[in-house]
Amino acid sequence: MPSLPDASGRFGTFGGRYVPETLVGALDELAAQYAKACQDPSFQAELDTLLRHYVGRPSPLYLAERLSRECGGAQIYLKREDLNHTGAHKINNTLGQALLTRRMGKHRVIAETGAGQHGVATATACARFGLECVVYMGAEDIRRQRPNVFSMKLLGAEVRPVTSGSRTLRDAINEAMRDWMASVDTTHYCLGSVVGPHPFPQIVRDFQAVIGREARRQCLDQLGRLPDVVVACVGGGSNAAGIFYPFLDDAEVRLAGVEAGGRSNAPGDHAAPLCFGSPGVLHGSFSYVMQDEDGQTADVHSISAGLDYPGTGPEHSYWKDIGRVEYAQATDAEVLAAFDRLARCEGILPALESSHALAKAMDLAATLSPEQAIVVNLSGRGDKDAAEIARLRGEEIG
Amino acid sequence: MSAIDQLFTDLRVAGRKAFMPFITAGDPDLEFTADVLRTLVERGSSMCELGIPYSDPIADGPVIQASYTRALERKIKLRAILDMLQRLTPELPAPVVTMVSYAIVYRRGPERYVAAARAAGIAGAIVPDLPADEAQPLADACRREGLSLIQLITPNTPRHRALRIAERTTGFIYYVSVAGITGERNELPPEIAENVAWLREQTPLPVCIGFGISRPEHVRALAPVADGLIVGSAIVRRIAEASHKPREQVLRDIAEYVDPLLAAMG
Repeated sequence: MPSLPDASGRFGTFGGRYVPETLVGALDELAAQYAKACQDPSFQAELDTLLRHYVGRPSPLYLAERLSRECGGAQIYLKREDLNHTGAHKINNTLGQALLTRRMGKHRVIAETGAGQHGVATATACARFGLECVVYMGAEDIRRQRPNVFSMKLLGAEVRPVTSGSRTLRDAINEAMRDWMASVDTTHYCLGSVVGPHPFPQIVRDFQAVIGREARRQCLDQLGRLPDVVVACVGGGSNAAGIFYPFLDDAEVRLAGVEAGGRSNAPGDHAAPLCFGSPGVLHGSFSYVMQDEDGQTADVHSISAGLDYPGTGPEHSYWKDIGRVEYAQATDAEVLAAFDRLARCEGILPALESSHALAKAMDLAATLSPEQAIVVNLSGRGDKDAAEIARLRGEEIG
Repeated sequence: MSAIDQLFTDLRVAGRKAFMPFITAGDPDLEFTADVLRTLVERGSSMCELGIPYSDPIADGPVIQASYTRALERKIKLRAILDMLQRLTPELPAPVVTMVSYAIVYRRGPERYVAAARAAGIAGAIVPDLPADEAQPLADACRREGLSLIQLITPNTPRHRALRIAERTTGFIYYVSVAGITGERNELPPEIAENVAWLREQTPLPVCIGFGISRPEHVRALAPVADGLIVGSAIVRRIAEASHKPREQVLRDIAEYVDPLLAAMG
């Protein structure tokens, strides 16, 4: 496959840079600094050292034997990003961007967060590098992800509640962009997913591609071959882009992205733009989005704050249109069932986001033979979701 | 010659500058929007900038965001805005330009959007989230229909880039006074005058200044160095009061607010 994005930040027709003129200079600078860092062996060496000794990489590729037996089909392997420092894949990206922030001579970092995982990972990287950190988070997400909010504060970050619009991830991105408009000289916007204007979709994908590179090598070492299917959940799509990217040229490996199916297929009940949306412009890039006939962003719903987003990464849109990746969705109910299943038969609490990938992988496993292998990106741990699950079930956790 | 070119030619001959208020379409409804536009032009505005409400306006501060939210909560549609303008523009002796997100333009398609805008009597488009590098498809459509495509230059735009943007602009250049979002400010950066003066030496296009301008002293300081000034949030804030004040009163408040600004234009 060709190396994308192209010089104008496009993946096919998707991507680009739809931002106010005020931000163009900062995006140019970021792209230039990133290109320079890619040519600098000391940059990669420093990042590799951090990933190994600070994050705990490589993360294991774990054969979930009991789960596979229960599903009655293919062997299910879990790529254990939940075991990373801070409990999710997000740290891979924030450490890389913190290094870039330092190279650009900026001292302040802003970020958006949905589930709080990217916020915690950004606060962590900022603490590690002595950078000032402000995290924008929707008021609704603050309610449903309390433990992460407190962690960010413990790490020295300021969490700013966003009360405009739907009070979720989308509004947190709007507010972070507005901050950046006025602070661009001194501040780096550490975007947490493969969305937004060029070069963010490329930078975040590249920093997350360590997941796929490891998984591919681990499959060759542990299975003696490549997997049959790789499954990951897709909101903005960073964990999916990270694990898919190194497998793109392996035509025999099926790649499956799973969006948030929510309560139903009706508009407003899900957050699945690749399944049900149309191409449009949101948050600085051209990609699939949930929108009305005027191009107004539509409201979406997901049980998981990290997937509760009306847009998705432009490269996912490209992979969908060229048919390289298949995109499906899992409903809130299927997700909760998958969460329970993994908790009880493997002793692992998965994040609700990652549970979307699990739900689809379990269905898929049943249709395959025991000689076949599925890799699921277990992108984060589920402790942060315990209180929300208790609330949904009407249980007190004291 | 386009309506905007004609306006600035006339103003230059008369030695005058353009006063350009911004308001949001459909806040709280289109009937009142038309009343406000009439009032603003009656008081002496040269051109009006009409914001098309958008769900995710990243260049806008809280006042304009809130007005977009109010309009969208009342289910304002682009079709209804264009219909209102189609009725209003023939009787309005000042051009109307729209501030519109590219998300809305793209959804219709640049061709169809421009044709519909033209039919409604709109003279130009300002698309705040469409940098010059991405503007080609819309610029082509605008040229064919004779609609002005007003592009923005900011304090952090490098000068070589500013020249490239100016070459691709029609109507006038929108010079953004500050790096940041829309909204009233107490003080404006002192280097505006120098930057705008430089720009006006490089291009025959009129240069208008917007963002942050809200007081007579801002107007007195900036009107001499520019071809026009844009005032938005301070008017939109007054329109917001239409929810709990008689509309006649709000129209009087707006007139009382813009009169001293117009007087300060000189």
